Amino acid sequence: MTNIPETGRTPRVRIRLVIIQVLVFSLLLTLGGRLWYLQVRNGEEYADEANGNHVQRVVDPAVRGSILDATGVPLADNQTRLVVSASRTELMKMKDDGDAVLTRLAGVLGMTPKEVGDKVRLCDAKTPQPCWNGSPYQPIPITDEATPRQALQIRERAEEFPGISAEPTAVRRYAAPGGAQTSQVLGYLSPVTDAEIQAAKDTASPYLRSDSVGRSGLERTYDKDLRGKAGVTAYEVDKLGRVMGKTQSDPGRPGSNVVTSIDARVQRVAEYELNEAMKTARLETDKITGRKYEADSGAVVVMESKTGRVVSMASQPDYDPNAWVGGISGKDYAKLTTKKSNYPLLNRAIQGQAPPGSIFKVVSASAAVRGGHPFDGKYNCSSSYSLGNRSFANFESKGYGPITLGRALEVSCNTVFYALGHSEWKRDGGNQPKKSPSDWFYKTARDFGLGKETGVDLPNEVTGRIPDRQWKKDFWKANKDVWCKQGKKDGDYAEKIAFENCLEGNRLKAGDSVNYAIGQGDVLVTPIQMATIYSAISNGGTLYDPTVGKAVISPDGKQVEEIKPKSHGKLPVDAKTVADLNKALAGVATNGTAAWRFGGWPQDKIPMHAKTGTAQVYGKQTTGWLATYTDDYTIVMTISQGGTGSGSAGPAVRKIYDAIYGLDAKGQQNLKKALLPKPQSALPKIQGDGSIDAPEVKPYDPQKEEPPAEQELAAGLAAQAPGRRD
Amino acid sequence: MAGGFSVSGYGPERGSWSKLFARDAVTRRLDWPLLLAAVALSLVGSALVYSATRNRTELVGDDPYSYLFKHILNIGIGLALMAGTIWLGHRTLRTAVPILYGLSVFLVLLVLTPLGATINGAHAWINIGGLSLQPSEFVKITIILGMAMLLAARVDAGDRDHPDHRTVVQALGLAFVPIMVTMLMPDLGSVMVMAVIVLGVLLASGASNRWVLGLLGTGAAGAVAVWQLGLLDDYQIARFAAFANPALDPAGVGYNTNQARIAIGSGGLTGSGLGNGSQTTGQFVPEQQTDFIFTVAGEELGFLGAGLILVLLGVVLWRACRIARETSELYGTIVAAGIIAWFAFQAFENVGMTLGIMPVAGLPLPFVSYGGTSMFAVWIAIGLLQSIRVQRPMSA
Repeated sequence: MTNIPETGRTPRVRIRLVIIQVLVFSLLLTLGGRLWYLQVRNGEEYADEANGNHVQRVVDPAVRGSILDATGVPLADNQTRLVVSASRTELMKMKDDGDAVLTRLAGVLGMTPKEVGDKVRLCDAKTPQPCWNGSPYQPIPITDEATPRQALQIRERAEEFPGISAEPTAVRRYAAPGGAQTSQVLGYLSPVTDAEIQAAKDTASPYLRSDSVGRSGLERTYDKDLRGKAGVTAYEVDKLGRVMGKTQSDPGRPGSNVVTSIDARVQRVAEYELNEAMKTARLETDKITGRKYEADSGAVVVMESKTGRVVSMASQPDYDPNAWVGGISGKDYAKLTTKKSNYPLLNRAIQGQAPPGSIFKVVSASAAVRGGHPFDGKYNCSSSYSLGNRSFANFESKGYGPITLGRALEVSCNTVFYALGHSEWKRDGGNQPKKSPSDWFYKTARDFGLGKETGVDLPNEVTGRIPDRQWKKDFWKANKDVWCKQGKKDGDYAEKIAFENCLEGNRLKAGDSVNYAIGQGDVLVTPIQMATIYSAISNGGTLYDPTVGKAVISPDGKQVEEIKPKSHGKLPVDAKTVADLNKALAGVATNGTAAWRFGGWPQDKIPMHAKTGTAQVYGKQTTGWLATYTDDYTIVMTISQGGTGSGSAGPAVRKIYDAIYGLDAKGQQNLKKALLPKPQSALPKIQGDGSIDAPEVKPYDPQKEEPPAEQELAAGLAAQAPGRRD
Repeated sequence: MAGGFSVSGYGPERGSWSKLFARDAVTRRLDWPLLLAAVALSLVGSALVYSATRNRTELVGDDPYSYLFKHILNIGIGLALMAGTIWLGHRTLRTAVPILYGLSVFLVLLVLTPLGATINGAHAWINIGGLSLQPSEFVKITIILGMAMLLAARVDAGDRDHPDHRTVVQALGLAFVPIMVTMLMPDLGSVMVMAVIVLGVLLASGASNRWVLGLLGTGAAGAVAVWQLGLLDDYQIARFAAFANPALDPAGVGYNTNQARIAIGSGGLTGSGLGNGSQTTGQFVPEQQTDFIFTVAGEELGFLGAGLILVLLGVVLWRACRIARETSELYGTIVAAGIIAWFAFQAFENVGMTLGIMPVAGLPLPFVSYGGTSMFAVWIAIGLLQSIRVQRPMSA
């Protein structure tokens, strides 16, 4: 290098060489700059894109937990069906895109090749259903009703069916043990919506398109527990979708089991007897309308008095929740949601509201005591109560003379409560109300938990209604325009009412408070609310939040999360008043309006308490109520348009007690036959392998007890003729 | 000077092998930075070829190393060819240019016979036995040598300062024949490289500016004509369309460039590590061991690794420029300049297309890409550069 020779080159060539060199290095610099721009400046963006390129997530759905009764009997569990699925990525690797395999498969499954082909094609804008809407990396189900023979053929000749699997897969089943459907309480699942998929997309537990979500009942309340967590495996895939390896996997966990306080056997009895009571009521003629009773709907709640746990809950009309499994058909859905079917999806125990009639009188009696009227004072039970030019009659215009509040409850004397309601109204200022009226009757109802949800662990509970001053104002505001348009001073009944409402519907009037005192008029309650109140009277005054769920237990039985009873308050009266009410209600069963339904009841062993109610609903037949309790159980039954409470619900409620305590029609107890003489406190044992020791549920067989029951019913019907009061 | 080479001789003197490592021996006078940079590029290339092919079972079968072995074998042959070229010397080759030129044109013509084979739309290969050759790679060399011989003859003889018009016409004619044949294949990438080589050669020869500008104009007009007359195949038009609009049809025409850019971009500063690139192992980028090898470097070695490749290419070109400058004969200067134009443009086109700044053309990255013929050709070119340096006249 030291001796650089003369090149003898012309300046032109030398300049040209410099030009070449400059050009060459500009090109290299351009490349370097562009490389920096892509890798360093925008690198992250491309890294994300590369990730999206090669990672595919396969979601393995968690097995949904079971819903068990108090002894471990499954009310909702999973059934194994043979599902044949195809792996699209495997098929696409074949030369003919898997056509030959699918054609062979169609032969085995007895489908046409086109049907099979349509199932595995991917949905897009141009592809009509049927098509696969989910991830192409997910096995695509072709049928979930393969026979074991078909599955065996596919699995034994695996080399002929590459990419095809025949696996047993869990599908929801509502077993109805012993015939207990528990339909509305269990609820149902329906497919996840697009919005839900989007919302859960980036969470730890994304939905599959094939997923179902609890929409109602326990399936909804405990959806998170039951659902578990889907396993997610992220596979690294190459350009052709071939799996190169797992990058991460989250095994997920199966859904937990929910143990309920429902006793399948009692549930079956309750469902059966409610239905029987309604069928019987439909045979009777309503003396007021002259038609047969409609008995269009009904509900019954059996509750543990000391805890608020629901032992059974039935609502009529009901339906078979299995209709929802595997996607409900349009026809079935229409059937469940039309007026003609009278909305069997409604759980009338928590979603049905009606005026309570006389079972409200425990509230009125308590209100009277709070207003300073002694329980043991004497109140005139006249045959009618006059208010201005209107006369409010007692039931069948019968008078009992001066009696205590206790006796007034026993014989369900309306006039005593009319007078008390009226006098409280007057004390609060009557038509010119005081600034802060006591409103004992309304306040007490609210303190008893009426007019708001009880907090039962079932979705969409309704509140009922306490028609107090505020409600009157709000209601008038909402309706006055209609009333004032319709109302005519000299029109028909409805027009007169509208006219009156238009003028002064915003004010609490004497007539309102008088009607309200006996649970008529605008007041509305739900069966679950009344069960809560009567349980509270039974247990000394605690208002429990009713619960159906009792515990959430992990699939291996190791983790048990108990759901403890919670209360939402105490009855707003002292212990003595609770005791007085208790005594009076026992009197109703032995010596009052329900006594004719509890003939031969072993009152000394199992003290029975009851209150009957018959509510008038404008334009409809009367709604019957029967609220009863023993030390351990509270049963409230209501039948819409079924006549009086004791008349329609009496035999059914008694038969439920008979079954629980093992009593025969004469009141003889046989503990061996008793289904649940004491509330079930222990939780069922779930083994490590997930199996559950549950007793077998024998179907309820009322036939055995039919001869005496029928006699009693006949006697009851005969006895009713002279007119029983509620 | 009492060196191992005579000033006027056209080949090594007898006994030079024994003096291989002596003072003033060939080995001492080689341009080591040039050689080492080229070797380094080949080694990096080997690692990238291995990474790109080890799990492509459709290529390598059961042996993940088969492409690596073949690649290293090619490098070995390339080094031998370089050594042979140095041993012969570029001046010896100068006398053989007519024969080499004729041979290479013959081979190119063979491609158009049934012996020819089509790979990726380019009908540029011939299969002889189990071997496929791409004669256009050799043509690049013979065009350089042939044009240099013609253009430098009278200047080096001292008759003229610059080549006259007649010589330039002859030289262009010499290049025209194989370029036309290559275009018929069609191997558009090679045609572009050859055109740039011609431009470089003309520039370095000192031919008058009119020729240089005229050639540029002709090139541009030719490109327009080719486009307008529909001489391009559909796949070539599609590549240009995808270049003009990269978002166009990312699953189809734009797929290669899009995936290539994702691969490079995702590498970031330091890359995912050799063998760990998801784009590479996932085989999202096509032709990754040959034309798109730079994407492996980009993804797995990152900006640092891919930048190193550019730096090494820069070293090769820098040394080549130096050699072009320092040789006393115009012949050597022109040959070196032709090689510079070839390497520089081919590298720019190859890397540029993976970075999305050039349209896709089927060209290997010199020293790095897998492929026997191109490997042999670039090593012969290194041999020529070394020979020019080694045989630099020690005195005027």
